[in-house]
Amino acid sequence: MTVPTTDRSGGFAGLAADDRVAARLYTDPEIFDWEMEKIFYSTWVWVAHESEIPDAGSFKMAHVGLQPVVVNRDRKGNFNVLLNRCRHRGASVCEVPKGKANGFTCAYHSWSYSLEGNLRGIPYPDGYEGVIEKKDLSLQKLRVESYNGLIFATFKTDIEPLEEFLGDAKIWIDRFMKQGAGFPVKVQGEHKFRFGGNWKIQLENTTDGYHFPIVHRSWMASVDAETADMLSFMTDEKAVTHALGNGHSVAVMVPEHVDLEEDDGSEELQERFRHIIDELSETMPQEQVRRIVRTMHGAGYNLNLFPNLSLSMSFFRVLRPISVNETEIQHMALGLDGGPESVNRERLRIHEHFQGPFGFGTSDDSEAWDRVQRGAVANPDMPILVNRGLGREETVEEGWKTSHVTDETGMRESYAMWKRMMSDDN
Amino acid sequence: MTTEAPEEAEAIDNRPAREPFDLGLGNLSDPRVVRAIELIWLEAQLLDDKDYEVWQTLYTEDAKYVIPVEPNVADFESSLNMVYDDARMRHMRVTRLVQGYSMSAVAAARTSRTISRFTVQEITENTVTLRSAQVLVGFKRDKFQMLGADLTHRIKIAGDDARIDLKVIRLVNSDSAVNASGFLL
Repeated sequence: MTVPTTDRSGGFAGLAADDRVAARLYTDPEIFDWEMEKIFYSTWVWVAHESEIPDAGSFKMAHVGLQPVVVNRDRKGNFNVLLNRCRHRGASVCEVPKGKANGFTCAYHSWSYSLEGNLRGIPYPDGYEGVIEKKDLSLQKLRVESYNGLIFATFKTDIEPLEEFLGDAKIWIDRFMKQGAGFPVKVQGEHKFRFGGNWKIQLENTTDGYHFPIVHRSWMASVDAETADMLSFMTDEKAVTHALGNGHSVAVMVPEHVDLEEDDGSEELQERFRHIIDELSETMPQEQVRRIVRTMHGAGYNLNLFPNLSLSMSFFRVLRPISVNETEIQHMALGLDGGPESVNRERLRIHEHFQGPFGFGTSDDSEAWDRVQRGAVANPDMPILVNRGLGREETVEEGWKTSHVTDETGMRESYAMWKRMMSDDN
Repeated sequence: MTTEAPEEAEAIDNRPAREPFDLGLGNLSDPRVVRAIELIWLEAQLLDDKDYEVWQTLYTEDAKYVIPVEPNVADFESSLNMVYDDARMRHMRVTRLVQGYSMSAVAAARTSRTISRFTVQEITENTVTLRSAQVLVGFKRDKFQMLGADLTHRIKIAGDDARIDLKVIRLVNSDSAVNASGFLL
């Protein structure tokens, strides 16, 4: 038996070839530790959507890699991402997942910090006279930038601006937000679950059209014919995956819903939304009704933003590495901020149908990812193949490597970025 | 040396006075409540046996089966839930769980659940609403998992017939990470 193996002579980067990666990438704790350092602590990591922290003082807890942070909006409207660690003895300063606050006070010795992270007060300060300066002991602040409602943070002050890092993914972010149909997009709630596998297994899955009809056969059987038809992309030549650079990729599953503002009127609205159509038609012009109803399933694609966020048709999927073999996933349901209540409810029902620990889709995805981790333990140097569609990959005029949506172009893009970031000279 | 006993300090208790509480003693022996508890325990057995086709016959046509995310939410329709099933969704869910195409259902953990700590929330002419605590132990691939939940069952009783009209499962970890499951709660 001849088993192709990966070249290990080039350090970590040598474990990833253009079309295959060593299974060790899922199982080796040392690789995981370096990934935190070289990837999660070295690039832009998504932490929040603006709608989650709508007002001055709104905050939420999040993570950058393994490190806990608090994301907030201050009175000037700026976003702050602060390490959730008191400068005195290291205790967390926030243990409430989300809410509103004037600042953060450590429960241990009551050191208190402003929303910007500045140390405001120390009880019984006389013991510190001549010992410390308050201005030197702010909560550690990460660099923060946002794009179209998406807030990212990084520990690095010297890397490229967020917009440069997002590059061509920005076009797809902008299109994704059009599912607000004229309203801002808001987070309506979230599911959280963990699976017993490495974070990259989930990263791959977002642009893996190949698994869909197999893993999600039971979901396909449960939806109405129109929805099943909409997602029958396996043999649709216009359903493609583009590699967008910097590890980002997009898998187009419903080509006619790439730009939701483009509507030639030929598409029939799904009959399953008849109650919504009738209700909205009482007060809205037909054009607006069409615009809203066509966005009900979200955008026609999954956009994967390296390393931890995907804009996945109608929801955000956020991954958080816990350890080499455990990952937490959030599925954040999206709605129309200020939009019709009935539309937002319908979107919640669609989300519940597929997503979350008891959804018709997530449970099966999670089972598949668990199995990848279990299997990858067998000969960790035997490669994981990401070579599907290599023979039919081409570069389109935008400069994006492109292949069919069932091909592994998106994964190859992710691993090219992984390789770049994990290489020894980085 | 003489010692003087210190003056006994008065305990500080600034908690609000307790609301008068109706013990409701004897409710559990009400025949309607007994009937409801029997039904809940039968449901638990069917779920552990994964006999979902029989399980769904325990529900009224209008019944809802809900697993909310937020611990205190009351308006399930306007909130994100893990499950918010009416008859149509319940039927599709059962089909999915038994047809063999769902790999998580095929590989689902074996479960054993205990439901106890029944209290009577309301008795009307034809309904009984009970709260209870559920501890579910699952076993799959050499690992145990445990799920705790507060259950609310509203049971509709008509003569000899009793059916579940509402089941709300509030997992103790509902707003934290809940592992994906191929079985029902």
